[in-house]
Amino acid sequence: MEKSYIVKQISIFSENRPGRLAAIAGALRDAGINIFAFSIAEADGFGVVRALVDRPDDAYRTLTDLGFRVSFTDVIGVKMRDEPGGLSDIASILGDAGINIEYAYAYSGKDAAVLILRVDQVEDAVRQILGRGGELLKASLSQ
Amino acid sequence: METIRPNELADLQLKRLKWSLHQAQNVGLYQRKLKEAGVSPDDVRTLDDIEKLPFTNKKELQAGYPFGLLATSLKEIVRIHTTSGTTGKPTVVGYTRQDLENWSELIARNMTMIGLGEDDVFQNAVNYGLFTGGLGFHYGAEKIGATVIPSATGNTRRQIEMIEDFGVTAIHCTPSYALHLAEVAESMGKTLDTLKTGIFGAEPWSESMRAELERRLGVKAYDSYGLSEMYGPGVAFECPERDGLHIWHDSYLVEIIDPETGERLAPGERGELVITPLVKEALPLIRYRTGDVTRLMEDGCACGRGQKIERITGRSDDMLVIRGINVFPSQIEHVLRALPEVGEQFIVYIDRVKHLDEMTIEVEMSRAGFSGELQDLARMQKNITGELHNTLGLRTAVKLVEPGSLPRFEGKAKRVIDRRGAI
Repeated sequence: MEKSYIVKQISIFSENRPGRLAAIAGALRDAGINIFAFSIAEADGFGVVRALVDRPDDAYRTLTDLGFRVSFTDVIGVKMRDEPGGLSDIASILGDAGINIEYAYAYSGKDAAVLILRVDQVEDAVRQILGRGGELLKASLSQ
Repeated sequence: METIRPNELADLQLKRLKWSLHQAQNVGLYQRKLKEAGVSPDDVRTLDDIEKLPFTNKKELQAGYPFGLLATSLKEIVRIHTTSGTTGKPTVVGYTRQDLENWSELIARNMTMIGLGEDDVFQNAVNYGLFTGGLGFHYGAEKIGATVIPSATGNTRRQIEMIEDFGVTAIHCTPSYALHLAEVAESMGKTLDTLKTGIFGAEPWSESMRAELERRLGVKAYDSYGLSEMYGPGVAFECPERDGLHIWHDSYLVEIIDPETGERLAPGERGELVITPLVKEALPLIRYRTGDVTRLMEDGCACGRGQKIERITGRSDDMLVIRGINVFPSQIEHVLRALPEVGEQFIVYIDRVKHLDEMTIEVEMSRAGFSGELQDLARMQKNITGELHNTLGLRTAVKLVEPGSLPRFEGKAKRVIDRRGAI
Protein backbone atom coordinates (compact mmCIF):
# COMPACT_ATOMS: atom_id res chain seq x y z
CA MET A 1 0.00 0.00 0.00
CA GLU A 2 2.77 2.46 1.02
CA LYS A 3 4.65 1.47 -2.12
CA SER A 4 2.05 3.06 -4.36
CA TYR A 5 3.04 6.46 -2.98
CA ILE A 6 6.76 6.06 -3.46
CA VAL A 7 7.74 8.15 -6.46
CA LYS A 8 10.77 7.49 -8.64
CA GLN A 9 12.89 10.62 -8.85
CA ILE A 10 15.65 10.64 -11.42
CA SER A 11 18.99 11.91 -10.14
CA ILE A 12 21.53 13.02 -12.74
CA PHE A 13 25.20 13.66 -12.10
CA SER A 14 26.25 16.90 -13.73
CA GLU A 15 29.40 18.93 -13.85
CA ASN A 16 28.97 22.46 -12.69
CA ARG A 17 29.57 24.28 -15.96
CA PRO A 18 27.49 26.21 -18.48
CA GLY A 19 25.25 24.20 -20.73
CA ARG A 20 24.89 21.05 -18.70
CA LEU A 21 21.32 21.71 -17.60
CA ALA A 22 20.48 22.74 -21.15
CA ALA A 23 21.83 19.40 -22.37
CA ILE A 24 19.72 17.45 -19.87
CA ALA A 25 16.56 19.46 -20.43
CA GLY A 26 17.06 19.38 -24.21
CA ALA A 27 17.36 15.60 -24.18
CA LEU A 28 14.12 15.25 -22.22
CA ARG A 29 12.35 17.70 -24.52
CA ASP A 30 13.46 15.76 -27.58
CA ALA A 31 12.13 12.57 -26.01
CA GLY A 32 8.83 14.26 -25.22
CA ILE A 33 9.24 13.81 -21.49
CA ASN A 34 7.62 16.34 -19.20
CA ILE A 35 9.37 17.57 -16.08
CA PHE A 36 6.99 18.56 -13.34
CA ALA A 37 9.36 19.22 -10.48
CA PHE A 38 13.05 19.67 -10.30
CA SER A 39 15.96 21.01 -8.27
CA ILE A 40 19.72 21.23 -8.41
CA ALA A 41 21.98 20.31 -5.52
CA GLU A 42 25.46 21.69 -5.79
CA ALA A 43 28.76 20.57 -4.29
CA ASP A 44 32.39 21.30 -5.11
CA GLY A 45 32.51 21.53 -8.89
CA PHE A 46 29.62 19.23 -9.62
CA GLY A 47 26.00 18.77 -8.79
CA VAL A 48 23.03 16.47 -8.91
CA VAL A 49 20.00 17.42 -10.92
CA ARG A 50 16.87 15.91 -9.40
CA ALA A 51 13.67 15.71 -11.33
CA LEU A 52 10.22 14.21 -11.27
CA VAL A 53 9.12 13.40 -14.78
CA ASP A 54 6.08 11.80 -16.37
CA ARG A 55 8.07 8.82 -17.76
CA PRO A 56 11.02 8.11 -15.46
CA ASP A 57 12.12 4.87 -17.17
CA ASP A 58 12.26 6.55 -20.57
CA ALA A 59 14.08 9.52 -19.07
CA TYR A 60 16.61 7.14 -17.49
CA ARG A 61 17.24 5.39 -20.79
CA THR A 62 17.44 8.59 -22.82
CA LEU A 63 19.95 10.24 -20.52
CA THR A 64 22.04 7.11 -19.97
CA ASP A 65 22.32 6.61 -23.72
CA LEU A 66 23.72 10.13 -23.97
CA GLY A 67 26.41 9.23 -21.45
CA PHE A 68 24.87 10.81 -18.35
CA ARG A 69 25.13 9.05 -15.03
CA VAL A 70 21.56 8.61 -13.85
CA SER A 71 19.98 6.76 -10.99
CA PHE A 72 16.56 6.45 -9.40
CA THR A 73 15.86 7.73 -5.92
CA ASP A 74 12.71 7.00 -3.90
CA VAL A 75 10.90 10.16 -2.83
CA ILE A 76 7.38 11.11 -1.79
CA GLY A 77 5.26 14.05 -2.91
CA VAL A 78 3.05 15.59 -0.26
CA LYS A 79 0.23 17.93 -1.19
CA MET A 80 0.31 21.10 0.86
CA ARG A 81 -2.29 23.73 1.50
CA ASP A 82 -1.11 26.67 -0.59
CA GLU A 83 -1.46 29.09 2.30
CA PRO A 84 0.47 29.99 5.46
CA GLY A 85 1.10 26.93 7.63
CA GLY A 86 1.01 24.39 4.80
CA LEU A 87 4.66 23.42 5.10
CA SER A 88 4.54 23.60 8.86
CA ASP A 89 1.79 20.95 9.02
CA ILE A 90 3.80 18.39 7.11
CA ALA A 91 7.12 19.14 8.75
CA SER A 92 5.46 18.68 12.15
CA ILE A 93 4.05 15.29 11.24
CA LEU A 94 7.49 14.03 10.23
CA GLY A 95 9.24 15.72 13.13
CA ASP A 96 6.83 14.20 15.63
CA ALA A 97 7.42 10.78 14.13
CA GLY A 98 11.19 11.12 14.29
CA ILE A 99 11.60 10.92 10.53
CA ASN A 100 14.53 12.88 9.13
CA ILE A 101 14.27 14.91 5.94
CA GLU A 102 17.42 14.55 3.83
CA TYR A 103 16.35 17.09 1.25
CA ALA A 104 13.19 18.64 -0.08
CA TYR A 105 11.96 20.85 -2.87
CA ALA A 106 8.53 22.09 -3.80
CA TYR A 107 6.37 23.25 -6.64
CA SER A 108 3.14 25.13 -6.66
CA GLY A 109 0.78 23.71 -9.26
CA LYS A 110 -2.76 24.37 -10.44
CA ASP A 111 -4.42 22.11 -7.88
CA ALA A 112 -2.07 22.35 -4.96
CA ALA A 113 1.45 23.01 -3.80
CA VAL A 114 3.50 19.82 -3.62
CA LEU A 115 6.45 19.17 -1.38
CA ILE A 116 8.90 16.54 -2.68
CA LEU A 117 10.65 14.82 0.18
CA ARG A 118 13.61 12.51 0.44
CA VAL A 119 13.39 10.98 3.92
CA ASP A 120 15.35 8.31 5.70
CA GLN A 121 12.35 6.02 6.37
CA VAL A 122 10.14 6.39 3.34
CA GLU A 123 7.42 3.79 4.09
CA ASP A 124 7.09 5.04 7.64
CA ALA A 125 6.71 8.59 6.35
CA VAL A 126 3.91 7.51 4.01
CA ARG A 127 2.03 5.84 6.88
CA GLN A 128 2.42 8.83 9.19
CA ILE A 129 1.30 11.39 6.63
CA LEU A 130 -1.73 9.37 5.50
CA GLY A 131 -2.57 8.56 9.14
CA ARG A 132 -2.70 12.26 10.00
CA GLY A 133 -4.94 13.10 7.07
CA GLY A 134 -2.25 14.21 4.64
CA GLU A 135 -2.51 13.67 0.91
CA LEU A 136 0.25 12.14 -1.20
CA LEU A 137 1.05 12.04 -4.90
CA LYS A 138 0.38 8.63 -6.39
CA ALA A 139 3.43 6.98 -7.92
CA SER A 140 1.27 6.13 -10.92
CA LEU A 141 1.29 9.80 -11.87
CA SER A 142 4.84 9.34 -12.98
CA GLN A 143 4.90 5.99 -14.66
CA MET B 1 76.16 -15.01 -6.95
CA GLU B 2 72.43 -14.56 -6.65
CA THR B 3 72.41 -14.90 -2.87
CA ILE B 4 75.84 -13.42 -2.16
CA ARG B 5 76.22 -11.98 1.37
CA PRO B 6 76.00 -8.17 1.58
CA ASN B 7 79.60 -7.53 2.70
CA GLU B 8 81.02 -9.86 0.08
CA LEU B 9 78.86 -8.16 -2.53
CA ALA B 10 80.14 -4.72 -1.51
CA ASP B 11 83.76 -5.91 -1.77
CA LEU B 12 83.11 -7.36 -5.20
CA GLN B 13 81.29 -4.23 -6.37
CA LEU B 14 84.13 -1.97 -5.26
CA LYS B 15 86.73 -4.14 -6.96
CA ARG B 16 84.72 -4.18 -10.16
CA LEU B 17 83.89 -0.48 -9.96
CA LYS B 18 87.61 0.36 -9.81
CA TRP B 19 88.23 -1.88 -12.79
CA SER B 20 85.35 -0.32 -14.69
CA LEU B 21 86.56 3.24 -14.03
CA HIS B 22 89.98 2.34 -15.36
CA GLN B 23 88.35 0.81 -18.39
CA ALA B 24 86.42 4.06 -18.91
CA GLN B 25 89.71 5.96 -18.96
CA ASN B 26 90.19 4.52 -22.44
CA VAL B 27 87.33 6.70 -23.63
CA GLY B 28 87.98 10.30 -24.60
CA LEU B 29 84.68 11.46 -23.17
CA TYR B 30 85.49 10.08 -19.72
CA GLN B 31 89.05 11.38 -19.69
CA ARG B 32 87.56 14.80 -20.29
CA LYS B 33 84.64 14.48 -17.87
CA LEU B 34 86.73 13.22 -14.98
CA LYS B 35 89.29 15.93 -15.58
CA GLU B 36 86.57 18.58 -15.54
CA ALA B 37 85.19 17.11 -12.34
CA GLY B 38 88.67 17.07 -10.85
CA VAL B 39 88.56 13.41 -9.90
CA SER B 40 90.60 10.44 -10.93
CA PRO B 41 89.54 6.79 -10.76
CA ASP B 42 91.99 6.39 -7.86
CA ASP B 43 89.92 8.79 -5.76
CA VAL B 44 87.20 6.16 -5.58
CA ARG B 45 88.04 4.19 -2.44
CA THR B 46 84.55 3.28 -1.28
CA LEU B 47 81.31 2.64 -3.14
CA ASP B 48 79.92 5.93 -1.87
CA ASP B 49 82.77 7.81 -3.52
CA ILE B 50 80.93 7.26 -6.78
CA GLU B 51 78.87 10.32 -5.89
CA LYS B 52 81.95 12.41 -6.73
CA LEU B 53 81.77 11.24 -10.33
CA PRO B 54 79.76 12.95 -13.06
CA PHE B 55 76.69 11.43 -14.66
CA THR B 56 76.53 10.20 -18.22
CA ASN B 57 73.44 10.91 -20.28
CA LYS B 58 72.02 9.62 -23.52
CA LYS B 59 72.94 12.75 -25.47
CA GLU B 60 76.61 12.16 -24.73
CA LEU B 61 76.35 8.64 -26.11
CA GLN B 62 74.60 9.90 -29.23
CA ALA B 63 77.27 12.57 -29.72
CA GLY B 64 79.90 9.85 -29.76
CA TYR B 65 78.30 8.13 -32.74
CA PRO B 66 79.50 5.77 -34.08
CA PHE B 67 82.49 4.47 -32.11
CA GLY B 68 83.50 7.37 -29.86
CA LEU B 69 82.43 5.67 -26.63
CA LEU B 70 84.11 2.35 -27.17
CA ALA B 71 86.86 1.49 -24.71
CA THR B 72 88.39 -1.26 -26.79
CA SER B 73 89.57 -1.48 -30.37
CA LEU B 74 87.19 -2.84 -32.98
CA LYS B 75 89.46 -5.85 -33.23
CA GLU B 76 88.26 -6.97 -29.80
CA ILE B 77 84.64 -6.20 -30.53
CA VAL B 78 82.74 -9.16 -31.90
CA ARG B 79 79.26 -7.68 -32.21
CA ILE B 80 77.44 -4.39 -32.46
CA HIS B 81 73.87 -3.55 -31.56
CA THR B 82 72.28 -0.12 -31.70
CA THR B 83 69.33 1.58 -30.09
CA SER B 84 66.46 2.47 -32.38
CA GLY B 85 67.53 6.09 -32.59
CA THR B 86 63.98 7.41 -32.34
CA THR B 87 65.23 10.40 -30.33
CA GLY B 88 68.19 11.29 -32.52
CA LYS B 89 71.27 9.38 -33.58
CA PRO B 90 71.26 5.77 -32.49
CA THR B 91 73.56 4.71 -29.69
CA VAL B 92 76.10 2.12 -30.75
CA VAL B 93 76.71 -0.66 -28.25
CA GLY B 94 79.78 -2.79 -28.80
CA TYR B 95 80.38 -6.20 -27.22
CA THR B 96 83.64 -8.01 -26.66
CA ARG B 97 83.59 -11.79 -26.46
CA GLN B 98 83.59 -11.45 -22.66
CA ASP B 99 80.68 -9.00 -22.83
CA LEU B 100 78.60 -11.51 -24.75
CA GLU B 101 79.51 -14.15 -22.20
CA ASN B 102 78.52 -11.85 -19.31
CA TRP B 103 75.27 -10.95 -21.00
CA SER B 104 74.13 -14.47 -21.76
CA GLU B 105 75.11 -15.44 -18.22
CA LEU B 106 72.73 -12.77 -16.86
CA ILE B 107 69.89 -13.89 -19.14
CA ALA B 108 70.53 -17.49 -18.15
CA ARG B 109 70.40 -16.47 -14.49
CA ASN B 110 67.01 -14.82 -15.04
CA MET B 111 65.56 -17.77 -16.89
CA THR B 112 66.83 -20.23 -14.30
CA MET B 113 65.32 -18.03 -11.58
CA ILE B 114 61.84 -18.59 -12.98
CA GLY B 115 62.36 -22.31 -13.32
CA LEU B 116 63.23 -22.65 -17.00
CA GLY B 117 65.82 -25.21 -18.11
CA GLU B 118 66.70 -27.90 -20.61
CA ASP B 119 63.20 -29.37 -20.56
CA ASP B 120 61.77 -26.18 -21.97
CA VAL B 121 61.00 -25.22 -25.54
CA PHE B 122 61.53 -21.49 -25.82
CA GLN B 123 60.09 -19.32 -28.56
CA ASN B 124 61.88 -16.01 -28.92
CA ALA B 125 59.29 -13.87 -30.68
CA VAL B 126 61.13 -10.57 -30.80
CA ASN B 127 63.10 -8.73 -33.46
CA TYR B 128 66.43 -10.43 -34.20
CA GLY B 129 68.20 -7.51 -35.80
CA LEU B 130 70.01 -4.66 -34.13
CA PHE B 131 67.47 -4.79 -31.30
CA THR B 132 69.12 -6.43 -28.31
CA GLY B 133 66.11 -8.51 -27.24
CA GLY B 134 66.49 -11.12 -29.96
CA LEU B 135 70.07 -12.29 -29.84
CA GLY B 136 70.35 -11.45 -26.12
CA PHE B 137 67.66 -13.90 -25.08
CA HIS B 138 68.68 -16.35 -27.76
CA TYR B 139 72.13 -16.99 -26.30
CA GLY B 140 70.91 -16.92 -22.71
CA ALA B 141 68.26 -19.51 -23.48
CA GLU B 142 70.81 -21.73 -25.23
CA LYS B 143 73.03 -21.44 -22.20
CA ILE B 144 70.39 -22.97 -19.93
CA GLY B 145 69.93 -25.77 -22.44
CA ALA B 146 66.42 -24.86 -23.55
CA THR B 147 65.35 -25.75 -27.08
CA VAL B 148 65.37 -22.35 -28.72
CA ILE B 149 63.07 -21.37 -31.58
CA PRO B 150 64.30 -18.09 -33.09
CA SER B 151 60.85 -17.28 -34.45
CA ALA B 152 61.45 -13.51 -34.44
CA THR B 153 58.42 -11.34 -35.17
CA GLY B 154 55.66 -11.36 -37.75
CA ASN B 155 53.40 -14.01 -39.27
CA THR B 156 51.38 -14.47 -36.13
CA ARG B 157 49.45 -17.50 -37.38
CA ARG B 158 52.74 -19.26 -38.10
CA GLN B 159 53.94 -18.31 -34.62
CA ILE B 160 50.87 -19.94 -33.13
CA GLU B 161 51.33 -23.07 -35.22
CA MET B 162 54.91 -23.31 -33.97
CA ILE B 163 53.79 -23.03 -30.36
CA GLU B 164 51.41 -25.89 -30.96
CA ASP B 165 53.57 -28.09 -33.20
CA PHE B 166 56.79 -27.73 -31.21
CA GLY B 167 55.13 -27.87 -27.80
CA VAL B 168 56.46 -24.48 -26.79
CA THR B 169 56.52 -24.01 -22.99
CA ALA B 170 57.93 -20.49 -22.72
CA ILE B 171 57.72 -17.42 -24.91
CA HIS B 172 59.51 -14.09 -24.93
CA CYS B 173 57.92 -11.11 -26.65
CA THR B 174 56.63 -7.61 -26.03
CA PRO B 175 53.45 -7.48 -23.93
CA SER B 176 51.52 -5.84 -26.77
CA TYR B 177 52.54 -8.55 -29.20
CA ALA B 178 51.54 -11.15 -26.60
CA LEU B 179 48.02 -9.67 -26.55
CA HIS B 180 47.92 -9.82 -30.32
CA LEU B 181 49.05 -13.45 -30.21
CA ALA B 182 46.27 -14.22 -27.73
CA GLU B 183 43.67 -12.61 -29.98
CA VAL B 184 44.82 -14.46 -33.08
CA ALA B 185 45.07 -17.76 -31.18
CA GLU B 186 41.51 -17.28 -29.93
CA SER B 187 40.28 -16.55 -33.44
CA MET B 188 41.99 -19.75 -34.63
CA GLY B 189 40.38 -21.70 -31.79
CA LYS B 190 43.79 -22.61 -30.35
CA THR B 191 44.22 -22.91 -26.60
CA LEU B 192 48.05 -23.17 -26.54
CA ASP B 193 48.00 -25.70 -23.72
CA THR B 194 51.75 -26.31 -23.58
CA LEU B 195 52.55 -22.66 -22.92
CA LYS B 196 53.34 -22.05 -19.24
CA THR B 197 55.70 -19.09 -19.04
CA GLY B 198 55.62 -15.66 -20.63
CA ILE B 199 58.56 -13.26 -20.45
CA PHE B 200 57.52 -9.75 -21.39
CA GLY B 201 59.64 -6.66 -21.72
CA ALA B 202 60.79 -3.70 -23.81
CA GLU B 203 57.56 -1.78 -23.09
CA PRO B 204 55.87 -0.70 -19.88
CA TRP B 205 52.92 -2.89 -18.95
CA SER B 206 50.50 -2.82 -16.06
CA GLU B 207 49.30 -5.34 -13.50
CA SER B 208 45.91 -5.44 -15.20
CA MET B 209 47.67 -6.33 -18.45
CA ARG B 210 49.48 -9.08 -16.55
CA ALA B 211 46.16 -10.50 -15.39
CA GLU B 212 44.78 -10.36 -18.92
CA LEU B 213 47.85 -12.01 -20.49
CA GLU B 214 47.81 -14.75 -17.89
CA ARG B 215 44.14 -15.42 -18.38
CA ARG B 216 44.21 -15.41 -22.16
CA LEU B 217 47.52 -17.16 -22.80
CA GLY B 218 47.45 -19.47 -19.78
CA VAL B 219 50.95 -18.39 -18.76
CA LYS B 220 52.63 -17.05 -15.69
CA ALA B 221 53.85 -13.63 -16.83
CA TYR B 222 57.23 -12.19 -15.81
CA ASP B 223 58.53 -8.67 -16.25
CA SER B 224 61.95 -8.29 -17.84
CA TYR B 225 63.92 -5.04 -17.68
CA GLY B 226 66.95 -3.95 -19.56
CA LEU B 227 68.35 -1.30 -21.87
CA SER B 228 70.73 -1.51 -24.78
CA GLU B 229 73.32 0.66 -23.04
CA MET B 230 73.55 -2.07 -20.34
CA TYR B 231 73.86 -4.92 -22.90
CA GLY B 232 70.08 -5.19 -23.40
CA PRO B 233 67.53 -7.27 -21.52
CA GLY B 234 68.70 -9.08 -18.42
CA VAL B 235 69.48 -6.15 -16.14
CA ALA B 236 66.59 -6.88 -13.79
CA PHE B 237 63.96 -9.58 -13.75
CA GLU B 238 61.07 -10.82 -11.66
CA CYS B 239 61.45 -13.94 -9.55
CA PRO B 240 58.44 -16.21 -8.93
CA GLU B 241 57.28 -13.84 -6.15
CA ARG B 242 56.61 -11.27 -8.89
CA ASP B 243 56.78 -8.34 -6.54
CA GLY B 244 59.54 -6.18 -7.93
CA LEU B 245 62.55 -7.06 -10.06
CA HIS B 246 65.88 -8.43 -8.88
CA ILE B 247 68.55 -6.21 -10.30
CA TRP B 248 71.94 -7.88 -10.54
CA HIS B 249 74.12 -5.93 -8.16
CA ASP B 250 77.28 -7.85 -9.01
CA SER B 251 77.11 -6.44 -12.54
CA TYR B 252 75.29 -3.15 -12.08
CA LEU B 253 75.83 -0.54 -9.37
CA VAL B 254 72.46 1.05 -8.72
CA GLU B 255 71.58 4.53 -7.52
CA ILE B 256 68.26 6.33 -7.36
CA ILE B 257 68.50 10.08 -7.84
CA ASP B 258 66.28 13.11 -7.87
CA PRO B 259 66.15 13.88 -11.59
CA GLU B 260 66.01 17.63 -10.94
CA THR B 261 68.86 18.02 -8.49
CA GLY B 262 70.91 14.93 -9.25
CA GLU B 263 71.09 14.18 -5.54
CA ARG B 264 70.97 10.62 -4.41
CA LEU B 265 67.67 9.69 -2.75
CA ALA B 266 67.18 7.71 0.44
CA PRO B 267 66.38 4.01 0.14
CA GLY B 268 62.74 3.50 -0.75
CA GLU B 269 62.27 6.89 -2.39
CA ARG B 270 61.15 6.96 -5.98
CA GLY B 271 63.36 8.61 -8.54
CA GLU B 272 65.48 8.08 -11.63
CA LEU B 273 67.47 4.89 -11.92
CA VAL B 274 71.19 5.51 -12.45
CA ILE B 275 73.38 2.55 -13.31
CA THR B 276 77.13 2.11 -13.39
CA PRO B 277 77.85 -1.18 -15.13
CA LEU B 278 80.61 -3.10 -13.37
CA VAL B 279 81.68 -5.70 -15.92
CA LYS B 280 81.28 -4.08 -19.31
CA GLU B 281 84.43 -4.07 -21.43
CA ALA B 282 83.51 -2.44 -24.73
CA LEU B 283 81.14 0.22 -23.46
CA PRO B 284 81.91 1.02 -19.83
CA LEU B 285 79.67 3.77 -18.50
CA ILE B 286 79.80 5.92 -15.40
CA ARG B 287 76.57 6.78 -13.59
CA TYR B 288 74.39 6.39 -16.65
CA ARG B 289 71.04 8.13 -16.33
CA THR B 290 68.49 5.63 -17.60
CA GLY B 291 65.53 8.03 -17.48
CA ASP B 292 63.48 5.23 -15.94
CA VAL B 293 61.63 5.84 -12.69
CA THR B 294 61.67 3.28 -9.92
CA ARG B 295 62.71 2.86 -6.30
CA LEU B 296 64.81 0.40 -4.35
CA MET B 297 62.52 -1.88 -2.38
CA GLU B 298 63.44 -2.09 1.26
CA ASP B 299 61.87 -5.38 2.21
CA GLY B 300 63.85 -8.49 1.45
CA CYS B 301 62.43 -11.02 -1.00
CA ALA B 302 61.06 -14.36 0.12
CA CYS B 303 63.26 -16.04 -2.50
CA GLY B 304 66.43 -14.93 -0.72
CA ARG B 305 67.97 -13.06 -3.64
CA GLY B 306 69.27 -9.51 -3.46
CA GLN B 307 67.57 -6.13 -3.30
CA LYS B 308 64.83 -5.50 -5.83
CA ILE B 309 63.65 -2.47 -7.72
CA GLU B 310 60.00 -1.67 -8.19
CA ARG B 311 58.58 -2.22 -11.67
CA ILE B 312 59.39 0.83 -13.80
CA THR B 313 56.66 3.38 -13.18
CA GLY B 314 57.48 5.99 -15.79
CA ARG B 315 60.09 8.23 -17.32
CA SER B 316 61.91 10.90 -15.38
CA ASP B 317 61.29 13.35 -18.25
CA ASP B 318 57.64 13.26 -17.24
CA MET B 319 58.35 14.28 -13.67
CA LEU B 320 56.53 17.31 -12.31
CA VAL B 321 57.70 19.45 -9.44
CA ILE B 322 54.68 20.68 -7.51
CA ARG B 323 55.40 22.97 -4.56
CA GLY B 324 58.85 21.40 -4.40
CA ILE B 325 57.55 17.84 -4.33
CA ASN B 326 58.44 15.46 -7.15
CA VAL B 327 55.39 13.90 -8.71
CA PHE B 328 55.30 11.32 -11.48
CA PRO B 329 52.08 11.16 -13.50
CA SER B 330 52.33 7.39 -13.26
CA GLN B 331 51.83 7.63 -9.49
CA ILE B 332 48.55 9.46 -10.03
CA GLU B 333 47.49 6.90 -12.59
CA HIS B 334 48.36 4.10 -10.19
CA VAL B 335 46.16 5.56 -7.41
CA LEU B 336 43.21 6.25 -9.70
CA ARG B 337 43.30 2.86 -11.41
CA ALA B 338 42.98 1.17 -8.04
CA LEU B 339 39.71 2.96 -7.25
CA PRO B 340 36.58 1.30 -8.64
CA GLU B 341 34.54 4.50 -8.59
CA VAL B 342 36.94 6.11 -11.06
CA GLY B 343 36.57 5.59 -14.79
CA GLU B 344 39.17 5.22 -17.50
CA GLN B 345 40.23 8.79 -18.08
CA PHE B 346 41.78 11.57 -16.08
CA ILE B 347 43.62 14.82 -16.78
CA VAL B 348 46.01 16.68 -14.53
CA TYR B 349 46.15 20.46 -14.72
CA ILE B 350 48.90 22.43 -13.04
CA ASP B 351 48.50 26.12 -12.44
CA ARG B 352 50.32 28.72 -10.49
CA VAL B 353 47.90 30.66 -8.33
CA LYS B 354 49.43 33.49 -6.31
CA HIS B 355 52.93 31.99 -6.62
CA LEU B 356 51.70 28.60 -5.46
CA ASP B 357 51.45 25.50 -7.60
CA GLU B 358 47.99 24.04 -7.68
CA MET B 359 47.27 20.62 -9.09
CA THR B 360 43.75 19.91 -10.27
CA ILE B 361 42.81 16.45 -11.39
CA GLU B 362 39.72 15.91 -13.45
CA VAL B 363 38.52 12.40 -12.94
CA GLU B 364 35.84 10.69 -14.95
CA MET B 365 33.37 8.78 -12.84
CA SER B 366 33.03 5.14 -13.65
CA ARG B 367 29.77 3.84 -15.04
CA ALA B 368 29.13 2.09 -11.75
CA GLY B 369 30.03 4.96 -9.48
CA PHE B 370 26.79 6.88 -8.98
CA SER B 371 24.17 6.26 -6.31
CA GLY B 372 22.20 9.40 -7.06
CA GLU B 373 23.07 10.97 -3.73
CA LEU B 374 25.12 14.13 -3.52
CA GLN B 375 26.76 13.13 -0.27
CA ASP B 376 28.05 9.91 -1.82
CA LEU B 377 29.69 11.93 -4.55
CA ALA B 378 31.22 14.27 -2.02
CA ARG B 379 32.50 11.27 -0.08
CA MET B 380 33.96 9.78 -3.24
CA GLN B 381 35.70 13.04 -4.05
CA LYS B 382 37.14 13.18 -0.55
CA ASN B 383 38.28 9.59 -0.76
CA ILE B 384 40.12 10.17 -4.05
CA THR B 385 41.77 13.31 -2.66
CA GLY B 386 42.81 11.35 0.43
CA GLU B 387 44.30 8.46 -1.53
CA LEU B 388 46.24 10.89 -3.73
CA HIS B 389 47.48 12.73 -0.67
CA ASN B 390 48.71 9.48 0.87
CA THR B 391 50.70 8.58 -2.20
CA LEU B 392 51.92 11.95 -3.43
CA GLY B 393 52.24 13.75 -0.11
CA LEU B 394 50.44 16.60 -1.77
CA ARG B 395 47.05 18.27 -1.56
CA THR B 396 45.22 18.19 -4.88
CA ALA B 397 41.85 19.41 -6.06
CA VAL B 398 39.87 16.53 -7.48
CA LYS B 399 37.04 17.35 -9.85
CA LEU B 400 34.55 14.68 -10.74
CA VAL B 401 33.48 14.87 -14.35
CA GLU B 402 30.92 13.03 -16.41
CA PRO B 403 31.95 9.77 -18.06
CA GLY B 404 33.02 10.28 -21.64
CA SER B 405 33.63 14.01 -21.22
CA LEU B 406 37.45 13.95 -21.23
CA PRO B 407 39.38 13.70 -24.49
CA ARG B 408 40.39 10.25 -25.69
CA PHE B 409 43.85 9.66 -27.10
CA GLU B 410 45.12 7.47 -29.83
CA GLY B 411 48.61 6.36 -29.01
CA LYS B 412 50.39 8.09 -26.19
CA ALA B 413 47.96 9.85 -23.89
CA LYS B 414 48.62 13.43 -22.91
CA ARG B 415 47.30 13.50 -19.38
CA VAL B 416 49.24 16.39 -17.92
CA ILE B 417 48.66 19.99 -18.87
CA ASP B 418 51.12 22.30 -17.19
CA ARG B 419 49.75 25.82 -17.37
CA ARG B 420 52.43 27.42 -15.22
CA GLY B 421 54.25 30.05 -17.20
CA ALA B 422 57.97 30.59 -16.90
CA ILE B 423 58.84 32.15 -13.56
